[in-house]
Amino acid sequence: MEQRGQESAPAEAGPRQRRLLGLACLVVLLAGAAVLSLVIGARSLSPAEVWQGLFGDPGTDQRLTEITLIVHTLRIPRTVLAVVAGAALGIAGALIQGHTRNPIADTGLLGVNAGASFTVVLAVYLFGLQNPIQYMWFAFVGAAAAGVLVFGLSSLGRGSGNPLTLALAGQGVTVFLAAMTTAVALGNKQSLDVLRFWNAGSVQGVGFDVIGVAAAFVAVGVVLAVLNSPALNLLNLGDDVARGLGVNIAASRTVGVVAVTLLAGAATAACGPIAFLGLMVAHLARWLTGPDYRWLVPYAGLLGAVVLLVCDILGRLVVRPAELQAGIVIALIGAPFFAALVWLGKFRQA
Amino acid sequence: MTTEMHSGVRIGAWSWVWRPWIVLVTTVLAALTFLIFCVSISVGDFTIGLDAVFRTLIGQGERVDEFVIMDLRMPRALVGLIVGAALGISGALTQSIARNPLASPDVLGITGGASATAVFLVTASGGAAITSSIGLPAAALTGGLLTGLLVYFLAWRKGIDGFRLILIGVSVSAVMQALTTWLLVLADIRDVARAQSWLVGSLDARSWTQVWTTLWVTIALVVVVLVISFQLRPMHFGDDVAAGLGVRYSAVRAVLLLCAVLLAGVAVSAAGPVPFVALVAPQITMRLLKSPVPPLIASGLFGALLLIGSDLVARLVLPNDMPVGIVTAIIGGPFLVYLLVRANMKRAA
Repeated sequence: MEQRGQESAPAEAGPRQRRLLGLACLVVLLAGAAVLSLVIGARSLSPAEVWQGLFGDPGTDQRLTEITLIVHTLRIPRTVLAVVAGAALGIAGALIQGHTRNPIADTGLLGVNAGASFTVVLAVYLFGLQNPIQYMWFAFVGAAAAGVLVFGLSSLGRGSGNPLTLALAGQGVTVFLAAMTTAVALGNKQSLDVLRFWNAGSVQGVGFDVIGVAAAFVAVGVVLAVLNSPALNLLNLGDDVARGLGVNIAASRTVGVVAVTLLAGAATAACGPIAFLGLMVAHLARWLTGPDYRWLVPYAGLLGAVVLLVCDILGRLVVRPAELQAGIVIALIGAPFFAALVWLGKFRQA
Repeated sequence: MTTEMHSGVRIGAWSWVWRPWIVLVTTVLAALTFLIFCVSISVGDFTIGLDAVFRTLIGQGERVDEFVIMDLRMPRALVGLIVGAALGISGALTQSIARNPLASPDVLGITGGASATAVFLVTASGGAAITSSIGLPAAALTGGLLTGLLVYFLAWRKGIDGFRLILIGVSVSAVMQALTTWLLVLADIRDVARAQSWLVGSLDARSWTQVWTTLWVTIALVVVVLVISFQLRPMHFGDDVAAGLGVRYSAVRAVLLLCAVLLAGVAVSAAGPVPFVALVAPQITMRLLKSPVPPLIASGLFGALLLIGSDLVARLVLPNDMPVGIVTAIIGGPFLVYLLVRANMKRAA
């Protein structure tokens, strides 16, 4: 089953159909999860009520007005954000593991999470911001700046072709920024308070203004990722082979890293650092489709969206009426599940 | 990488390759570590001259100096030295076994387990645990070791496989980190501040009893590691080649990994989860030594140097007692990036 991916040529109909079927299944799963996400929450609504809230005219009925408000300002934004951010992190995870050739590379590796956390803490410390909407913009800037810094540093000279340099430079910048973040937070209670909630990673409480910007970045990132996948297939044969087959290594790496930064940066800025999702989804997708990135990228995107959405729904259920942040649920539930699959030997080195 | 011939040295039944550059760099690292160690002892609320420090170290100092050095400053510096070395060696072992430069004891779950336990203790006891000096380190050590051993056994399936090990380790660490984050979100903000400062790692207020336990355990583990480590090198070629060269790789890997877990556990119990030393020390020494694999002894030396050097910087340069863990990352991170960039520029030239 796992070997199939390598044997399949585009001409073979069997595996291709199976993969398309898999994609269709994921789409159905995603749609089902999205419906559940609209229905389930602190106040449970029946599907009929959600339908009314979505399309009905509330008129003067107070109960209906309330439902409309809940659906439009709470449930729809968080559902959309979970899908967008989940897809972004899933694709980013697949790309970063491909480009660093490291099975434990996560979407935070390029410094994106650390950069966002640092600017958020700094903004709270310097300007006393309280509202997530305000410091979210700082998170965008921080994530992008850290990504650019890591890529710039690792591509000085002739480094852009070297996966190890990229991973280690990312790690170096990440710990540096994380330490600076802690240093600021230790000296300032307000920053520390914001930081601990920020670190949990949640898709809740974000409006469509932020989601719109994030989605725009993610859209560009997805396009770059799709364009990048044929070259990434060749790069994973080794740089020498890829060069021999006519791949412009520096250009492909640049496109890949820019895509990862856009995808992970936008998701992180909108949700906070959600760790482990990208790593887990990349392995799951590779297990399902094999190592061909043309299939891996869509699979990872859909899987990421499904996992984040389901984890967000679970987070609303486990500690009712309170909520558990999606980032925490992913690690608490997703990680043991993932570990079990690892133990069963389902994954292999890329 | 240039391949140059090295002359061999043979004394009786023993023979090894003479690599002047590695010996030179290792010696320089050792000398630097000793120097920083002495400087670290000499500075404080009032400065004792380096000559007086040397005299006291060989047992001929004045009584005042002896009190300040032996009772107040020595434990801190020694714990820094031992913890740094333990972390460096533990990191080198982990990266060798996993054959992954991003692997470190953090990946093995030790740091995550210790952090989760400590934060639980601090938040559950309303901050009382942080004031009792015995409870917290012991609990953190227990949590860290249990998590490390959990990873170890979960990764065990007819032997330890590097790929499975790091993926299981990453998963378990993610769970522990999520628990920590959750506890912090639920906790009172004052407890969060206390927990956070412990989470960074610190060398404040160390005692001689701590020095001795840490020292003996570390020495015992390092001896075991060094005795077995000659079998480590062939393992970098992969399991099949290693087996062909007569290495019982499964057994060697199991024992060395256990040593790595225990070394990191000792370090965490003595100084808290100091981040990054274990990851960066092997990577930096590899580049300094021009060695293709993480060198054990030099990694230990560099870890010690980084930790006591950072402690010195934290006390001398930075305001109000910045924990040493922050400084190791602020110094170590850019230094690693500098080495990478320099190597790239050379390649381009």
